[in-house]
Amino acid sequence: MRATRTLEIGTGFFVLLGFAALFFLATQLPQGGIKIGGGQGGYGVTAEFTNIGDLKEGAPVALAGVTIGAVTGIGIDPQNYSARVTMRIDSKYNQIPDDSFASIQTQGLLGGQYVSIDPGGSETYLKAGSQIQMTQPAFVLENLINKLFSSFASKPAEGGQGGAAASGSASSSSSAGKADAQGERH
Amino acid sequence: MTEPARETPAAVAAGGGGPPHGPGAVRAPRSAAPPGSLTAGLARIGGTSIFAVQLVIACAAAFARPAIIVQQVYNAGARSLIIIMLSGLFTGMVLGLQGAYLLSRFGSENLLGVAAALSLLRELGPVLTALLFAGRAGTALTSEIGLMRATDQLTAIEMMAVDPMSYVAAPRFLGGFIAMPLLTAVFNVIGLFGAQLIGVWERGIDPGAFWSQMQSAVVLRDVNEGIVKSLVFGFVVSLIAVYEGYYSEPTAEGVGLATTRTVVASSVLTLLLDYMLTAAFM
Repeated sequence: MRATRTLEIGTGFFVLLGFAALFFLATQLPQGGIKIGGGQGGYGVTAEFTNIGDLKEGAPVALAGVTIGAVTGIGIDPQNYSARVTMRIDSKYNQIPDDSFASIQTQGLLGGQYVSIDPGGSETYLKAGSQIQMTQPAFVLENLINKLFSSFASKPAEGGQGGAAASGSASSSSSAGKADAQGERH
Repeated sequence: MTEPARETPAAVAAGGGGPPHGPGAVRAPRSAAPPGSLTAGLARIGGTSIFAVQLVIACAAAFARPAIIVQQVYNAGARSLIIIMLSGLFTGMVLGLQGAYLLSRFGSENLLGVAAALSLLRELGPVLTALLFAGRAGTALTSEIGLMRATDQLTAIEMMAVDPMSYVAAPRFLGGFIAMPLLTAVFNVIGLFGAQLIGVWERGIDPGAFWSQMQSAVVLRDVNEGIVKSLVFGFVVSLIAVYEGYYSEPTAEGVGLATTRTVVASSVLTLLLDYMLTAAFM
């Protein structure tokens, strides 16, 4: 009898502990998990961007660096082919001016992207279903690098012999271009 | 396997031929092929698969005696709790140290929570728990059932018209199968707190950043992957442990060999299945 009781208590303790741990993992860790006590309540707003870069669903929405919500959906607006981002903002942040400015920023140099909201000066506030009008598209590093390289490439072309040789090889026959390429290789 | 099981008591009762510990009495499936050969390996895989089906069928009958299952959950789970918690704590602490060292090179120590949570939930938790479980509970199962076989207790149970599959094997299998996901969850939680302990105390990472970064990066899918893995590992490790015990040679040496085989087979299979499951979840 006594042994059975110890066994039952031990098993009960173990099973309870195990399920408590499972519950903790499923509810407290993931962003997609069930949130206990608020957090899930909020209102949805949309914003249209010409380019969202690497923004993902679930990315944070931040105001002054403080996370106030999350991106809940990303789609295409069929009228003007821009990206339509829907966000859920926590209901306790219900006094965000409706002329606020939304931009897509990067966390750190290599971090993920998030939506940053810079508040405007309007007296009316964003509410469920409203759209943020002023947006800035994602800063795409590749585009910047391309610009940088094209500016490097175009600089010598503007003046001096390099520019003349380049334009000469471009306009002349392919054999001249080949020779030029070989010359560069050596 | 149930048909020969019915025959054996009759044969023993009739004083039927052969030594009591002969292969006929124990129905050892790996009798024909020499050990270590390809055929023996095939026979072992096939025997385990057939045994798995029989075991699942026997589990239905085992649910009629929940008290025995509770006893086995205690044996496999509650008694493994200390080693799992200690291992989880130290695994988490090592993750905290190594993760902080690695991440500080990239100036993103705040991501320690993410690194620790993802590696624990998806890989280290299920795999290390399965390996420890094979060593702690799997060996106990194999040697217990093997000794029952060697001392003819299983035959005695059969003679009492009780099916040892549903009375001995299935409850032990179910106990391990139930205990494994719970142990994994405990391992993960303790490991996370171990990582936080080191990250926050030792490396001065902000505890708020640790948890909020983790919560924003971990999705339910990561948790599910760990749970699915632990269920699969629990099934495989418990199955192998019970199978090896059930069909061990009824000698002291045979039980020892069966215990070794349990650890080797379940460790290798755990790591193999881990790769396959990870690939499937990608």
